[in-house]
Amino acid sequence: MKYEAVIGLEIHCELKTKTKIFCGCATEFGAAQNTHVCPVCLGMPGVLPTINRRVVEFGIKAGLATNCAINQYSKFDRKNYYYPDLPKNWQTSQYDLPIAEHGWVDIEVEGEKKRIRLTRIHMEEDAGKLVHSGTTIKDSTSSNVDYNRTGVPLLEIVSEPDMRSAAEARAYMEKIKAIMEYIDVSSCRMEEGNLRADINVSLRPVGSEELGTRTEMKNINSFKSLEEAINYEIERQTEVLEDGGHIIQETRTFDPVRGVTLSMRSKENAHDYRYMPEPDLPPIVTAPETIEKYRRELPELPDARRERLEKECGLSAYDAGVITASRAMAEYFDKVTATGAEAKLAANWIMSDLAKNLNAEGITIEKSPVGAERLGQMILLIMKNTISGKIAKTVFQEMWTNPASPEQIVNDKGLVQITDTGAIEKIVDEVIANNPKAVADFQGGNKKAIGALVGQVMKASKGKANPQMVNKLIAEKLG
Amino acid sequence: MSVRLYQEPAHRLHGMLVKKEIKAVELTEDVLKRLEETEDSLKAYLTVTADNALQAARETDEKIARGEDIPFLAGIPGGIKDNICTQGIKTTCASQILANFVPPYDATVMTKLKNQSPVLLGKLNMDEFAMGGSTENSSFQITHNPWDLDAVPGGSSGGSAAAIAGGSAVWALGSDTGGSIRQPASFCGVVGLKPTYGRVSRYGLVAYASSLDQIGPVTRDVTDAAHILNVIAGHDAMDSTSAAADVPDFTAALTENVKGLKVGVPQEYFGEGLAPEVEAAVRAAIETYRQMGATIKEISLPHTKYAIAAYYLIAPAEAATNLQRYDGVSYGARVDGADLVDMMTKTRTEKFGAEVKRRIIIGNYALSAGYYDAYYLKAMKVRTLVQRDYTEAFQTVDVIMTPTAPTTAFKIGALTSDPLQMYLQDVCTVPLNLAGLPGISLPCGFSKEGMPIGLQIIGRALDEATVLRAAYAYEQSQDFHNRLPEIGGNAK
Repeated sequence: MKYEAVIGLEIHCELKTKTKIFCGCATEFGAAQNTHVCPVCLGMPGVLPTINRRVVEFGIKAGLATNCAINQYSKFDRKNYYYPDLPKNWQTSQYDLPIAEHGWVDIEVEGEKKRIRLTRIHMEEDAGKLVHSGTTIKDSTSSNVDYNRTGVPLLEIVSEPDMRSAAEARAYMEKIKAIMEYIDVSSCRMEEGNLRADINVSLRPVGSEELGTRTEMKNINSFKSLEEAINYEIERQTEVLEDGGHIIQETRTFDPVRGVTLSMRSKENAHDYRYMPEPDLPPIVTAPETIEKYRRELPELPDARRERLEKECGLSAYDAGVITASRAMAEYFDKVTATGAEAKLAANWIMSDLAKNLNAEGITIEKSPVGAERLGQMILLIMKNTISGKIAKTVFQEMWTNPASPEQIVNDKGLVQITDTGAIEKIVDEVIANNPKAVADFQGGNKKAIGALVGQVMKASKGKANPQMVNKLIAEKLG
Repeated sequence: MSVRLYQEPAHRLHGMLVKKEIKAVELTEDVLKRLEETEDSLKAYLTVTADNALQAARETDEKIARGEDIPFLAGIPGGIKDNICTQGIKTTCASQILANFVPPYDATVMTKLKNQSPVLLGKLNMDEFAMGGSTENSSFQITHNPWDLDAVPGGSSGGSAAAIAGGSAVWALGSDTGGSIRQPASFCGVVGLKPTYGRVSRYGLVAYASSLDQIGPVTRDVTDAAHILNVIAGHDAMDSTSAAADVPDFTAALTENVKGLKVGVPQEYFGEGLAPEVEAAVRAAIETYRQMGATIKEISLPHTKYAIAAYYLIAPAEAATNLQRYDGVSYGARVDGADLVDMMTKTRTEKFGAEVKRRIIIGNYALSAGYYDAYYLKAMKVRTLVQRDYTEAFQTVDVIMTPTAPTTAFKIGALTSDPLQMYLQDVCTVPLNLAGLPGISLPCGFSKEGMPIGLQIIGRALDEATVLRAAYAYEQSQDFHNRLPEIGGNAK
C-alpha cells in the first residue's frame, strides 16, 4: 500500500519585547543565571501577573500578517502541570479564546504553490531552564533551575495538518519565520531557541480522508532537524504499518546526532492539563480601531515583497523567493539596488559570494563587513566596465577585510579593466602566435576553441582585459 | 474598673494621641499587656513583633512631640492576618508548608498601611490557606472565642476577630473569600467589612480563590472600618483585577440618617437552618431601621440555594491551581524524596492539612477532562445567575439585610467531623463573594448564652459608602459594640 504523510506544526516563537509577559524583568538572552527574576516570575505566594501590552500587540500583528481573524474578546487560561522549570506549576496560556484564529500562509515547493491553514495563534509564557549537574538528565545527581527565561513571552502558532512532506513543512516554517521577522515581533534566532517547533506526523493510505494515529516530536530548533525528523518518522511509521503493526500515539524526541526519533512518553501518560480561565487577568478586549491601527502599521510582507521584486526588478521567482525569505536580506537587497546597481546582478552577488562568505564565518547579513552600499558601488564598477565580473570577485574578497571603497581598492591594486584596444590587441597577437593548435581548431570549424584563446588572453592580462573586447578581436583576427 | 486603652476604638485613640492625652508607647504597652493576658486563652497570634511595635510607637511619639500631623493609624496597634505578605516577617498562611516562609516583599495593603506608620503587633491565626470557617484548620493552634473559650471564633479570619474582641489588637486586617471576615466578626461580636471585589488590591494576599478573595478590616466599630478602608482601598497597577474607580472618603458616609433608605430583606436567607435567636435579633434590627425611617421591602434572590454548591466548586478549582506552587522546589517546606516526583509528592502530602487536601482534590476533580462542563462551567453559570439576582434586587433597594451566619459560634470540634455542615455555615456570606459585592457584619444582639449575633448588610458594587452609612446609623442606636467579653476570668 502507498502511504501519504500528514504533517502539522506547532511553532513557538519567542517575542522580542524588552520585558517579560507578566512582570518587569528583562527578557535579554544569555544573562547570568537567575538574575532576571522577581517575585512575580518566580511565582511566589501572593503575587499577581500584569499583562505586557506589547505582547498583545505582537500577537495581533502576527495574526493579521498570517490572515487570521483577530478575537476582539480573548482571555488567558491556566494550563496545569508539574515541572520544576514552571514555578507556579501552571503555564499561563490561552485555551478556547486565543488572540487569533483561522489564518493561512502560502508556500511554494519546487514551483508548486500551496496554501497552509493556521488553526490559531495564542500568547503564553515560556518556562525556565533546567541546568543538570551531569551532561544529560539521566546521568545527573541533581539539577538546578535557571528562571531567567520564565515568563518570556511566546506566540504558539498552530497549523492545520496540511503538509504532506518534510519539504513542505520546511517551507512553511521558513515562511512563518520570514513573516515574524518582517513584522519585527521576534528575532527568530533558532540557535537561541527563539523559534522552535513541535511536529505532528501521521500516515494514511493515499486517497484516504481519515487521519492516522500521530506521533509528536517536540522542540525541533533547526530546519535540518525538522526535515530529518519528519523523514525518519515517515520511514519508521511506514515500516511499522507495512509490517502490519499499529502506530502508538506518543511523544517522541529527535536525536540530531543519530538522526533518529525515540519514544519519550505515550498517550497513557499524557497530561490532563485541567485548563481553567486565569482569574488574575481580566479578558483582553481589543477595539476594532486598535486592530485596524495595527494592520496599518504592518510592513510589506514577504509575499508582497517577492511579487514586487519579480515584477519591478525582473528577478526570477526563485531569486525573489530567496532574497525575500529573510527581512534582513530583502532590506540589504533594496539598499544595494538603491545605489543604482542592477537588480539581477545585486541578487546574484548576494546569493553567491556574499552568502558564501557569511556562511563560512557564521555571521548574519546585518553584520556583513561588506555593507549594502559598498556592494552596490562595486556592482556599479562592473556595470561601467571598470572591472570585469571576474576581477570583481577579487575586489569583493579584498573588501571583506578592507573597509576602503571598491573604487579605491580597484585603483590601489591596479585592477582597472583594460579597455584600450591597442593594449589588448598586442596580447591577442601574442596568444594567436603561441597557440597554433587552437587557432587551427577554430579555423577548422570548432568555434568552441575560441574559449581557450580568450582564456589565454585573460591569463596574460591577469584578468584585466575586457572579455567582450577580447572575444571580438580574436574573432575578427581569425575570421 | 477603669477603662483601659485597649478597649477603645482607633478613632478615639487617634483623637487622644493628637490631643496628647496619651502616648503611642503607653497605648502600645497596654495592648501588648492585654495580649499577654489573653493570648494563652485566645491563641490569636502566630507571630508577635513586640519590639518592632514599640519602636514604631516611639517614632510616632517623636513625630507628635515635633508637632507634626499624624495619619489616622499612626501609633495605633493592629494585627495582620497571616496570609498577607509582610516583608521580613514570616507569612505562614497557618500552614506547615510555609511555616518558615519570610516574604521578600510587602503586599500592596502593607505598603499603604506603612505610609500611616501604624504599630504592627504581629500576624494573626487563620484556617490554613483561609480554607475553613472556624480557624480549627490552622496547622499551628486553635484560636478560641473570647466570649466562650470553648467556642470557635469563626473563620477563616478567626485570629483577627478574636484579637479585636479580646482587646489584643485595636484593628486588624482579614481576608474574605466566602465569608471569612464577616462570619468571624459575627461570632466574636465585632465589625467586619468585605469590600467590593477589586476595591482593595490583592497583590501580596496569598491566593486561595483568586476571583473571590478580598482583603478588608476587622474593627471595634463601623467608624474604624470606614477609616481603614480609606487607607487600604484604591486601584493598584500590580493587581489587574483591582477596580479603576475613585475612592471616596468613606468616613463622610457616617451619618445617622437612614430616612428613605430602601432595605431589601430576602426571604431565602431566613429559611431552614437559621437559629430562632439569630432570626429574632436580625428581624429586630431590621425593625429598628423601619423605626429610623427606612423602607423595608421583602425581596427574593431565587438562586441563593445554589450558591454554596457553586462556591464549593469554583473556590476549590481556583485553589487547586493556586496551591500547585507549593512543591518544595524553590521556597517553603521540602520533604526529601527518592526523586523529583517523590519529593514533590511527599512535601505536599506531609505539609498540607486535611481540609486543604480535600479542596485540592475537589478542585482538580471539577477541572479534569470530561468533568469540566458538568462542574466548573456549570458553577460559573450559577455564579452569573446569583449575580443577576442581586442586580435585579438593587433596581429597587439600596441595601440588603440578612443574618451573617445561621447560628452563633459553635463549640470547638462540633463540626470538624462533618465538612458539609461546616460548609453550610457559609450560606449567608458566600453569595456576595460570587457576586463581588460589598458586605459588612456588625453586632445586633446576643443569644441567651451570651454569644454575639451579627447583622449582614449588602450593598451595590463599589457602594461601600451606603453600607457603612446604614451600619453606622444602627450602631449609634445600640450599644452592642460597646460590650466586652470576660475572657475565662483572664480579663483584668
